[in-house]
Amino acid sequence: MNKKIRFKLNGQQRSLTVDRERMLLWVLRTNFGLTGTKFGCGEGFCGACTVLINKEAVRSCQFPIKDIDGKEVITIEGFSKNGKLHFLQEAFVKHDALQCGFCTPGMILNAYSLLLKKPNPSRLDIIDGMEDNLCRCGAYKRIVQAIQTAAREMKGGSQR
Amino acid sequence: MKKENYLELDFYDIGSNLPLSRREFLKLTGGGIFILFTAGDLWPFQEERRRRRGGLDYPTDLNAYLRIGEDGRVSCFTGKVEIGQGVITSLAQMLADELEVPLESVDMVMGDTDLCPWDMGTFGSMTTRFFGPALRAAAAEARAVLIEMAAEYLKTSPSSLKVEAGVIFHKSQRQKKVTYSQLTKGRKIARQLKKKAVLEKVSDFTIVGTPVLRKDAVDKVTGKAKFAGDIREPGMLYARILRPPAHDAELISVDTSAAKKIKGARIIEDDDLIAVLHEDPELAEEALKKIKAQWKKPEAKVDENSIFDHLLKVAPEGEVVSQGGDLAKGKEISKIIVEKTYLDGYVAHATIETHTALAKIEGNKATIWASTQTPFRLQEDAASVLGFPTKNVRIIPPFVGGGFGGKTSNQQAVEAVKLAKLSGKPVHITWTRAEEFFYDTFRPAAVVKIKGGINGSGRIILWDYGVYFAGERGSQHFYDIPHHRTMSFGGSWRGTPGSHPFGTGPWRAPANNTNSFSRESHIDILAAEAGIDPLEFRLKNLKDKRMIRVLQTAAEKFGWKPAKAPSGRGYGIAVGIDAGTYVAHMAEVEVEKKSGRVQVKRVVCAQDMGLSVNPEGSKIQMEGCITMGLGYALTEDVHFKGGEIFDLNFDTYEIPRFSWLPKIETIVIDDREAAPQGGGEPAIICMGGVIANAIFDALGVRLFQLPMTPERIKKALR
Repeated sequence: MNKKIRFKLNGQQRSLTVDRERMLLWVLRTNFGLTGTKFGCGEGFCGACTVLINKEAVRSCQFPIKDIDGKEVITIEGFSKNGKLHFLQEAFVKHDALQCGFCTPGMILNAYSLLLKKPNPSRLDIIDGMEDNLCRCGAYKRIVQAIQTAAREMKGGSQR
Repeated sequence: MKKENYLELDFYDIGSNLPLSRREFLKLTGGGIFILFTAGDLWPFQEERRRRRGGLDYPTDLNAYLRIGEDGRVSCFTGKVEIGQGVITSLAQMLADELEVPLESVDMVMGDTDLCPWDMGTFGSMTTRFFGPALRAAAAEARAVLIEMAAEYLKTSPSSLKVEAGVIFHKSQRQKKVTYSQLTKGRKIARQLKKKAVLEKVSDFTIVGTPVLRKDAVDKVTGKAKFAGDIREPGMLYARILRPPAHDAELISVDTSAAKKIKGARIIEDDDLIAVLHEDPELAEEALKKIKAQWKKPEAKVDENSIFDHLLKVAPEGEVVSQGGDLAKGKEISKIIVEKTYLDGYVAHATIETHTALAKIEGNKATIWASTQTPFRLQEDAASVLGFPTKNVRIIPPFVGGGFGGKTSNQQAVEAVKLAKLSGKPVHITWTRAEEFFYDTFRPAAVVKIKGGINGSGRIILWDYGVYFAGERGSQHFYDIPHHRTMSFGGSWRGTPGSHPFGTGPWRAPANNTNSFSRESHIDILAAEAGIDPLEFRLKNLKDKRMIRVLQTAAEKFGWKPAKAPSGRGYGIAVGIDAGTYVAHMAEVEVEKKSGRVQVKRVVCAQDMGLSVNPEGSKIQMEGCITMGLGYALTEDVHFKGGEIFDLNFDTYEIPRFSWLPKIETIVIDDREAAPQGGGEPAIICMGGVIANAIFDALGVRLFQLPMTPERIKKALR
């Protein structure tokens, strides 16, 4: 079942020949060396492996590579443009919304997807939308604040 | 800060009659100014203090050094690691302040056994309190050396000079100046810190005590920060290891023939170590699934319900932790005596990064990248597995994705080393979540028995306390009680042979969570018996001024209004001491009676940790402690039968989520004249007690067992 899959990865056109069922997480980490996408639980419970597929947050450990044919994938490495941090990245830095930093890429990309759907989120919207992303260090309070700040600033700036 | 809070140190110049080790050491380093120092005799674990040698032949009397390089950059080399607690920032801050250089010009080189002197590990909230003062004294000495050199260079007296941002200039003629990098160019000066340095006054600090952003933040939001699993070596193979269904299960037979048919799979069979190696992690997993194995499980003797009786049964003789007065007399004069037993289950570390390592062996040298809190311990363990001299093994700990005590155990790295040796290839291991739950060294299940007595005027006069298998940290009460005794049975977190059916170990503020839950619950029971508001009751029975201050600070912020519990408001109090730091918590909870579900609405925490080096960092740690502590208080409990662990992932083992988040308010009592104390653990110790007391205040029922799950709450309400 050799199949050539074409997709856009962090702005670049990519292709890959796949001969079996593989999950996007491991393709990103092994074939493309994009290690910002983390393995946390392997079953979609923790959100450390979150990436954007067509701007929608997806658990890459549960996402078969064959299903990304023709789609656009953005990982944390491709999230800032031209060396400039995205509003969300800036807000996470500004609010100290991280400790060990292992869940952080997944948190940021999940938050992005949330803000696309809800540009003016209430605190409850943020909590609902982030509920399934886990942080063991307990940075939730500051992550909520960072998302609130980013939401405000994205409205003032360009919302990519 | 008072001078006596610093270590006894003095300096000597390192001359030509160096011991060999030091000469070797300096030969291997570049130019610049070196200050070698040690955190010395304050290290609390004496048995771990025997100095060991790292990858280089380090001098045996230093455990860190700093370098002002020829480019003017300042580097601190320390065996401590960054596990999310923020020391990469707080240590750099101390250094920058003392040396009067911008924070941006400081590099922290951490945990690399080739570059850094031996260190016992990063745990116990010790980095700032023990290492910090020595680091500052070393930096102060470096500054003194630089000023001396500048005086010579500028042909003036040292006292006429001043430093700002790495530039030394004449106080009255500012154009007369020289930079640190000009002074260090082409020079090599080494000094050993031996005697007390003249330290900056706290009022002169410009960076310490002010909030700063984390030095590692940008790398962590862009995916650049490397964790152990992100390191790749050419030819690297991913390993998956055959695991038993239960601890102590015996392998009867194994058939690897189907696994061998997977193209590229290498099967390793070495005694009880059976593993699959593959360049593709998913194929390694697939091959592992094809291995057929038969196991014989030992008979399960205990489970999560019977463990407490078992522990009491196997408990050895106790040891007295502290005592005073006469228990018999206390009993005699008590008006009311309350005797209760408190239970606490096993709790997992459950870091989001599982145990991970990459091991590479080249000739007689090995390099291991590992998620570890104890790189130097791992270096010795790996060397002994390989039969290499310790210095031929280099451990590089990249960023660690959470530790909490769980990554003081390095089983995964030892496995990677064995497999790299057997296969001749670099081997990568990332434990699955199920492996993480199976081999985690859990916080031990424990029992606490307390007998407390009060007199007619609400004074505690009797306190007979026994902790079983948690350990003694936090077991000593700090109330003003005339007749008291505290006993510890079963020692610390490892337990005694036959006590725990699987591995146990230190977990954020070891023992103190169990002890503080039990003590503060019991204090509340006595307050209710006395008919006194729990805040007033505590203040009435406290003499310790720091504790009184921290409690009053929390009460003021919370807006505590006196009422006898249960008041129906759902308010709770708990206080405690950990790692030299005092904490007071107040919480408000809401309990849904029908489901038994607890929502913690608000937590106020006041903390007295002496001088807070990075106040924002301290608050972040407090928030983290409070949030993480909700888990062991409400849901976290390892489910097991004998050596079989039923929790495989976060579906059954529930850790705190966004929706649990209470309103958290933290107050750091900034005592700038007191030595800095631990900050990574103290604010977690009261979470069990404060929530138990708030639940009692809400419902009038008391929970004697952690976690306080909906089922247990419903049962208590029946």
